[in-house]
Amino acid sequence: MTAVPALSVEDLSVEFRTRSGVVKVLEHVGFSVDKGETVALVGESGSGKSVTAFAVMGILDAAGKVTSGRALFGGIDLLALSEHDLAEQRGRELSMIFQNPRTALNPIRRVGRQIADVLVRHGGATRADAPRAAIEMLKRVRIPDPERRAEAYPFELSGGMCQRIMIAIALACRPALLIADEPTTGLDVTTQAVIMDLIGELAGDSGMATIFITHDLALAAEYCDRIVVMHAGHIVEAAPGRELFAHPRHPYSAKLLAATPGETVALEDLASIPGGLPDLRRPDLPACRYSGRCERRLDQCAQPLPQHTVGERHVVACWNPL
Amino acid sequence: MTEALLDVAELAKRFTIGAKDGLLKRATSFRKPVAPLPQLHAVDEVSFTIGRGETVGLVGESGCGKSTLVRLINRLLDPTSGSIRLGGVELADFKARNFAANPYRARIQMVFQDAGDSLNPRYTAADAIADPVRRLKKMSGAELAARVGELADMTGLPRELLSRFPHQLSGGQKARVGIARAIAVEPELLILDEPTAALDVSVQVVILQLLQQLKRELGMSYLFVSHDLNVVRLLCDRVLVMYLGKVVEQGPAAEVFADPKHPYTRALISAIPQAEPEQRAGRLRLSGEPRSPIDPDPTVCRFYGRCPKGTPRCAEEMPLLRPAGAARQVACHFA
Ligand SMILES: Nc1ncnc2c1ncn2[C@@H]1O[C@H](COP(=O)(O)OP(=O)(O)OP(=O)(O)O)[C@@H](O)[C@H]1O
Ligand SMILES: Nc1ncnc2c1ncn2[C@@H]1O[C@H](COP(=O)(O)OP(=O)(O)OP(=O)(O)O)[C@@H](O)[C@H]1O
Ligand code: SF4
Ligand code: SF4
Ligand SMILES: [Mg+2]
Ligand SMILES: [Mg+2]
Repeated sequence: MTAVPALSVEDLSVEFRTRSGVVKVLEHVGFSVDKGETVALVGESGSGKSVTAFAVMGILDAAGKVTSGRALFGGIDLLALSEHDLAEQRGRELSMIFQNPRTALNPIRRVGRQIADVLVRHGGATRADAPRAAIEMLKRVRIPDPERRAEAYPFELSGGMCQRIMIAIALACRPALLIADEPTTGLDVTTQAVIMDLIGELAGDSGMATIFITHDLALAAEYCDRIVVMHAGHIVEAAPGRELFAHPRHPYSAKLLAATPGETVALEDLASIPGGLPDLRRPDLPACRYSGRCERRLDQCAQPLPQHTVGERHVVACWNPL
Repeated sequence: MTEALLDVAELAKRFTIGAKDGLLKRATSFRKPVAPLPQLHAVDEVSFTIGRGETVGLVGESGCGKSTLVRLINRLLDPTSGSIRLGGVELADFKARNFAANPYRARIQMVFQDAGDSLNPRYTAADAIADPVRRLKKMSGAELAARVGELADMTGLPRELLSRFPHQLSGGQKARVGIARAIAVEPELLILDEPTAALDVSVQVVILQLLQQLKRELGMSYLFVSHDLNVVRLLCDRVLVMYLGKVVEQGPAAEVFADPKHPYTRALISAIPQAEPEQRAGRLRLSGEPRSPIDPDPTVCRFYGRCPKGTPRCAEEMPLLRPAGAARQVACHFA
């Protein structure tokens, strides 16, 4: 296999300045996404998934600062681009679907026009063909009666329909890199399957690379090529989905899987993960940020973390993996 | 069987769309006859009951009318027609805009789709939880503070977080504030619209176990809207399946999941993501265009066109919800 990385994130660290101190939100984060590949980013709330996406897109909050690292995209470092050049890339090559669909849409513009606007601005469509192309996109994200629903305002649509409008906007210009932050949380599983197939189609046809942020591990395993597990701003494990389900090697990945409702278990059998994320403001954060919650901790775990390759495209950052 | 807590009968909500343009046209072309404005049938003749202490799951395609249905029951929206009886009292006659001051307000509470957006950013967690107690139970001072502390304990929210504002809380903590607030006035019916959609699996487990425990301790009834079918299966006694404004199947959750009868329910259950490829065998994929919710033809099955089992009869006669076994109902000519 001669996979070409579309995006390669290396040694990315991000800090936030807050009134109560500096928060080390990301530390030495590294992963890559090949052309045509879909990589899932999973991990509990607050683990740094959205911040990773924002850093790559160059849209970190003013209080946030990239303190190290690169994000190579087609040979250029996105983190080093000027605001102007990055904005240019964002429109054409990079696309992002945000976590909060309703607040990300313009509340007083008809949804069909919002899609058409993007097609004109970045997709090379003319004002005359854009409306037809917008209706075509609505059809592809399974909005019933797209001709008439194009005339609706966001408040006239359901939560999941707004989410699909956001997806239509993000995909309209066939980006080379898509970052989708929990794009299907508001969708039923049949509609979700349609969206995942649409992303898969674009990956196959135009080699779109996708970073897919989700809480749904089964979804990640079924539709994504690889899963990257984050915990407290570190990447703790990365593996193909099936492999991760069958043989999770990091203690945190194993706990995450045990908390996932599946076919057979009862509610009482599901176990939440004990403890919480460490306070990322602490100046003396341990080398392994999971050590405070870990049942497998050794003395050695205070040393800088190793990166073990434990299988085909399977890496784990832990001194005592399962 | 004892009397149901909630009895919804033939409930309907239709939205008039394009009204603004329509009014404009009316004003300028007063001599021409006016065509009726298009009607979007969001909830169409829906009937079901919820027993005391029962947990009912509500599932269905995005845009099928789940949020509209719960907003009708919670009296945030006025129905076009139909009845909503809670403990024998008709609620459909009360106007939504006056309902906040209604004594029945305390008996139905709701946890909203997005825990974060539904909390007032200028209220601390304590204020948010105290607010309904003060308004609806007329409590104040030390008694109120004690009640807030008790609710925090009940929902597993550390008391030291009570002085924080929403932006200082994590998603799971905000979800607990939303639940504490909703159970504060001891409602008989708690409606939850995708309460765990934004939560990670670990926090989700805690919230679901909390709901289970509150049901045991307080005997509450739940109407639980969710896209996560595994969660519905674990938590709910009974499940309602909606498609384009209509209930197409209902029955005990375990039975419906084990043996779905309506073709839509079958497709839905077979689309649950699976990590193991073997479990995806025999999966149903729907093809064809979904029908429009705008002025739908009353003689055509709403699923016709996408249904793998559809026949010409389905385009001539709308299937009605009818009994299918002891506690189940299904709306399909061939189920
Ligand atoms: N502007 C900010 N100032 C300070 N801290 C921040 C800021 N934005 C994010 N953080 C912190 O960064 C960490 C990672 O947040 P992030 O939003 O990336 O989490 P996430 O993994 O996307 O979680 P979720 O699943 O809840 O969306 C959190 O601890 C959060 O509190
Ligand atoms: N204010 C409104 N005006 C016009 N149409 C509306 C309005 N509110 C909802 N609708 C329409 O009613 C239908 C049902 O919407 P609803 O929000 O109830 O769906 P839902 O089942 O909750 O979907 P989701 O799972 O995506 O949240 C949709 O077609 C929607 O566009
Ligand atoms: S490095 Fe040590 S403490 Fe950290 S997860 Fe592995 S075993 Fe646990
Ligand atoms: S009535 Fe016909 S179209 Fe409707 S669900 Fe049954 S088989 Fe399918
Ligand atoms: Mg996030
Ligand atoms: Mg909804």
